[in-house]
Amino acid sequence: MRDRPLILTGLLAFVWLFTLPVWHAYAGKYSPSAPDVKLPANEKQCVAPTAYMRDSHMQLLIDWREDVVRNNRRQFTAFNGKVYDKSLTRTCLAQCHTNKGEFCDRCHAYAGVSGPYCWDCHHDKILTARSAP
Amino acid sequence: MKLTRKDFLRLSGLGLLAVAGKKAVRAVSEVAATAASPKTAKRWGMVIDLQKCREEGGCTDCIKACDRAHNIPHFADREHEVKWIWNQPFETVFPQAQTDYTRQVYAGHPIALLCNHCANPPCVRVCPTQATWKREDDGIVMMDWHRCIGCRYCMAACPYGSRSFNWQDPRPAIASLNPDFPTRTKGVVEKCNFCEERLARGQRPACVEACGEKAMVFGDLADPDSEPRKLLRARFSLQREPELGTSPSVYYLV
Repeated sequence: MRDRPLILTGLLAFVWLFTLPVWHAYAGKYSPSAPDVKLPANEKQCVAPTAYMRDSHMQLLIDWREDVVRNNRRQFTAFNGKVYDKSLTRTCLAQCHTNKGEFCDRCHAYAGVSGPYCWDCHHDKILTARSAP
Repeated sequence: MKLTRKDFLRLSGLGLLAVAGKKAVRAVSEVAATAASPKTAKRWGMVIDLQKCREEGGCTDCIKACDRAHNIPHFADREHEVKWIWNQPFETVFPQAQTDYTRQVYAGHPIALLCNHCANPPCVRVCPTQATWKREDDGIVMMDWHRCIGCRYCMAACPYGSRSFNWQDPRPAIASLNPDFPTRTKGVVEKCNFCEERLARGQRPACVEACGEKAMVFGDLADPDSEPRKLLRARFSLQREPELGTSPSVYYLV
């Protein structure tokens, strides 16, 4: 019986550690149900259906990259017939997802994707504005 | 219906003939289609009129325009210098074109240098990852920074010093970021791309557009009626180190 405080402290520590991800999410303001992404206000439809974009946008971007850089093919005809410029910065970031932090980064943080290295070179308007002299 | 052996052989023979005929027709029509719309053998090139450059001695408009367009960093340490287009004194660029008297006049005159987009580029031959390659339809020596592993073989191979290496993260050293063009990262090689991103949009290269004196003329070297070809017919021109057999696409009118 003399060990009661010790046991209780241990139990509390265990419960705290066990539920740590929940506290972490609260502190990081992540909603546990879905990432709190900000969708573009001016556009309802992405270059491909949402479900496809959700799990294959990285493949689409890599295909675009190969096409533009290596094959000099720069036009993308979407599933609905609309034609886009194959460009991460000039199309995706400039026309719709103007704030990468509230869209790309939020979902990447939620999904635990350690920052794709696209951003080491390609940049959004916010970074550009920050660097303006 | 009873099929005799003779009829069977006759029918299968006819069938084979029909298949072969269809293939032949298709092959012939494909050849005809490509002949009807021939792929023009284009080769982008540039002619730089040094006389006009001399008149504007020390002008750096083309360099500034390129730096802005392509997010080129400026480091205080010259060993880390990154350059796409830059000036160098005449005597270091055309040492073989000197006499005692030209030296008196032309020594120290700045010559604008950039990637020569050689017809026979040595940098392409040595690249182990094909991160740099010659685009066959227009002759531009391209770079894919996604694929560059930073081995710098191309820098060793290029006889013109047209390539620079990013020894450190270039972003903090860029004066103002152009959102339309990516920066590079530490560990990749870069060089002039003849503004291929602007050509794709129907624009001229940034340096050509920025030159108020129209000292830089850009066009198709394969087309005898193009602006650069007219100039090359009318005036005497130099290439940088033509004896190396790289066949540069940048010409200098003295």
